Parts: sequence; C-alpha cells; structure tokens
Amino acid sequence: MALNVNIRKRLGDFDLQVSFSAGRERLALLGASGCGKSVTLRCIAGILSPDEGHIDLDGRVFYDSASHICLPPQARHAGYLFQHFALFPHLSVRRNLEAAVPDRSRRRTLIPELLRRFQLEDVASLRPRQISGGQQQRTALARMLAADPTLILLDEPFSALDSYLQYQLELELLDVLEDFPGPVVWVSHDRGEVFRNCHSVCVLDRGHSQPVRDLETLFHDPGTEAAARLSGCKNYADAIPDGTRLRLPEWNLTLDCGRPVPADVSRMGIRAHHVHPAAPGEANAFPCRVERIIQDLFTTIVLLRPLAARPEAPPLRMELDRTLWRGPAPGGELVVALRPQDILLLQET
Amino acid sequence: MVSLDWFPLLNSLRIAAISTVIVFFLGILAAQKAARLPPVVKGILDVVLTLPLVLPPTVVGWLLLLLLGPRRPVGAFVLERFGARLVMTWPSAIFSTVVVSFPLLYRTARGAFENFDPDLAHVGRTLGRSNTWIFWHVQMPVCRPGILAGTVLAFARALGEYGATSMVAGYTPGRTATISTTVYQLWRTGDDAGALRWVLVNLAISAVFLLAVNLLERKPAEGRNRAWR
Repeated sequence: MALNVNIRKRLGDFDLQVSFSAGRERLALLGASGCGKSVTLRCIAGILSPDEGHIDLDGRVFYDSASHICLPPQARHAGYLFQHFALFPHLSVRRNLEAAVPDRSRRRTLIPELLRRFQLEDVASLRPRQISGGQQQRTALARMLAADPTLILLDEPFSALDSYLQYQLELELLDVLEDFPGPVVWVSHDRGEVFRNCHSVCVLDRGHSQPVRDLETLFHDPGTEAAARLSGCKNYADAIPDGTRLRLPEWNLTLDCGRPVPADVSRMGIRAHHVHPAAPGEANAFPCRVERIIQDLFTTIVLLRPLAARPEAPPLRMELDRTLWRGPAPGGELVVALRPQDILLLQET
Repeated sequence: MVSLDWFPLLNSLRIAAISTVIVFFLGILAAQKAARLPPVVKGILDVVLTLPLVLPPTVVGWLLLLLLGPRRPVGAFVLERFGARLVMTWPSAIFSTVVVSFPLLYRTARGAFENFDPDLAHVGRTLGRSNTWIFWHVQMPVCRPGILAGTVLAFARALGEYGATSMVAGYTPGRTATISTTVYQLWRTGDDAGALRWVLVNLAISAVFLLAVNLLERKPAEGRNRAWR
C-alpha cells in the first residue's frame, strides 16, 4: 500500500509544492499554520484540485494533470477526519453513520457493530450537539470507517479540544489507526502530537515539502532551520563552518561540534534544555550574563547573553527543571556549556 | 344580505400557491448558483435578481405587459402558436406574483446557503455520496429555517400582490378577481361593508398562516429527521 503525492498548486501569494510517499505507516505533515497542509490533504481527498502533478494510491491514479485524470472524491474513498468533525447537525448519531452506508442490508449489520465498537449505543438517537466532544470524535471516526476507506486523512484532529480530552482521544484514535491497513496522513502543527502518534514526517515550509524522514532524524538532525523550529528548537545563530568546528560571529564563539561540519551549514541551533551550567573542565564552555529569569510551570527559563556577544546578537535561552536552578540572580555571571552532539547544524531554508 | 362569493379567495390562494412552488425551485436554483459565483458576477446578478423587490409593482406590471401583451413579442407568439392569452386571465397573475416574490426567496435562501459549512458537503462527498444526495439530505435540511422563512415571505407577498397583478390580470369578477383587487374594487364602488369582509378574510388567512409557521418552527423535529422530499 502506498500513496504517492506530487502536486503543485498556486495559492494566493505562494506556490504549494508537495511531494511525498506514504506506505503502511502513519505519515505526519508537519508545518506552521497557513503553510498549505490542509490544502494538500484536500487535494488528496479530491475536494480541491491541484494545478498540476500526480496522485495515486497503489497505482490507482486519483489525479494526473498530464493524462487529464481527476477522480471525484466519491471515487477515491479517502476517509477524511475534519478539524471540527463535520458531523451532520440535523441527523442523529445513528443516521450520521447510516449516511455513509447507502446499502440498507449492509447497514443492518455494520451500524450496530460500529455503535458498539465506539461505545455510541447510548447516544445513538441524539444529535451531535447533544453529545460530548469525545463522542463527537468517535462518531466522526465511526462514520469514516463505515464508508470503508482505502486511506485515512486526519486534518489537525485535536485542534478544537482541551489538552486533557485531547490526550484521551489520542489513545482512542491510535487504537483505530493500529487496525487500519492503509496509509494514514496526519496533518499537524504540534510536534508532540506528531512524535507520539506518527512514524515518519514530512515538513512543509511555506508551501514547500521537504523529504520524508523518520521522527528521530527530525529531532536529532532537522537539517533546516524551518524543520528545527517545528521540532521545538528555540536557539539559533549565524554560523561559519571551520573543519569540525563552528564559528558563531554574533556570539563571538567557536564551538567544537565533534564531527565534520558540511560547507553548506549557515546556521546553528541548540535546544534550550541542552544548554546547561558547565561542569569543571567541560568543553564548549563560555561565560554568560544572566539577563532574565522566567519561572514556567515545571521549568526555569534563563535568558543568557554570552559575554563576548555583539549587542544585536540574540539571547541564549536555557531551560532546566525548576528544582535544579541554582544560578545567580539577573545581572550575575554563569558559565554554560553545550555538548558537541547537541549542536544542530542547519541550512537557512 | 347576499352570500359571499368565495371566488377571490380561491383565486388568490391558487395563484399564491402555484407561484410559491415556482419561486421555491427558481429561487433555490438561483441561490445555489449565485453562492458559488465570483464576487463581482454575484454582485451584478444580485442587483438584477433583487430589482423587483424595490421597483414599484406598477413598473413591474408595465414591463410584464411590454413582454406578454397580445401584440408584444412573447404574448403574440404564444397566442398564435397555442391560442392562449398571457394577460387578463387568472394564470396571468402568476407571472406578476412570481416576479415580485422571487427576490424574497432568492435572498433568504442565498443567505442560508452562504452560511452553510462547505465541509458538510465535502465530508458527504468523501463518504461516497452523490452531490444530489448531499443537496437534498444535508444542505437543504441544514438550511431549512432560512429557506422556510423565505418561502413564507414569498407566499405572503404573492397573496398580497396588488399592483402588478391588477395590470397583468386585471379585475374581472369570477374570473381574475383576487382578494386584493376585490378590496380595491369594493372600496372604489363605495361598498365598505363588502371590502371589510374581504379585509377580515385576508387578515384571518395571514394570521393562520404565520401562526402555523411559528408552530412548525417551534418544534424542530426532535428525535425525528426530516429531509426535504
């Protein structure tokens, strides 16, 4: 089973150019809002048409601009979970499921089974607005599966829910997806959600897709600043490669990276929780002035300025467990260090 | 006291009913098309389709006569070909009531369609349902309050139409007389008692009609599911 997507679409002020393949694994489309994630998903489902390109599932062509093929959504059988579920508001839960099954005899066996499996029997005769958010999502999932889809497309499935409910529903959704034999494309802007639920990831940066990677690679070697940002990295600086070292003109530092630095590296990234107070004799240690201290729920955020930094240089953000912070008050000095393997070598785009 | 001749009531009701059915389908069709048009085209179409709402009914009547009169292009053609006069018969009034009440349904239906969440149609399509099924089983029921309101307004307007109707269908007792033209005729001839009777009849119909609509709307089909058709 493989979904192959390679499309272009002009979208207002930018060009959407997306290319990826998804096998029987869950692929995340990760990108900031407005980068074209949902449009891509809609093009796959057939709700929107790309300007050019090719989409097929196991060789069954959904769309091909060269041979003028564009199957309607009805012929693509893509299960699409909409952001706000798009339940039919005038129909009961049961009738919502029945809407996906035109055949009456199939209805009789399938619908009771789905209602049971998704624990919707008690609310089967209620309207969507009369049931809880969790029940709404289960109804949407059951309706999607009732139509017997060949692939599943999830459009930010939890964006409308609070974090506790989201956690519950994620587990339920995973159960459903584990049993599903086809490709799953999961659109998200939330790196945690992607990390917990998907196997591989395709980063979309202002409409342009980057190569599909597995999740470990995204977090340990994001490659570009856009991917690093999406993976949650907060510190960046201009960088000049120098053998296995990196010169950072803004901070007036030279750091050992412990590996050869490719010549095309122009930025460095370091995660805030990888910045740490230096142990005696540690490599890549440098003194900083403490500029601000912010207490978060479970962490202490310390904004640091390397002593040798230029005035316009960005501050260095350090995050550590609240209980571990023993440093000086703002204005004081602190020596911090970066482990060579934690330094992310990045390209600008 | 002579017994009341009920013809104007029958005539008004049949004219209003037929024109409401016509306007229902025409208005929804136009609203459905217009909701998908680019803004500029929609703006122009909107002006054209809404014009009859703001024009004096006499202007509408005059324009209709220009088109349908026995010596005018369409009227002459139909008279020659089918031997039917398009003006001064009771069905002639349907032309005027359709034109005058169309904008009411068109505008309310278009508003309802524009507020309709397109994702509801999209999800129906990904579930394999035809566009026709989605229109009748999702879009129309979801937009039902707006469309119902438009239909009521269109019927009420058709029932009360006077200006254009009196020009296109005239006033012939027992043949083209409607309640509104009868009230005018009775008042003109000084029969205030007769006019009052028809005024009361008209008030009663309107009150019953609006009441029925309110009752319909108050029970939004809890537990049941209504689809159009």
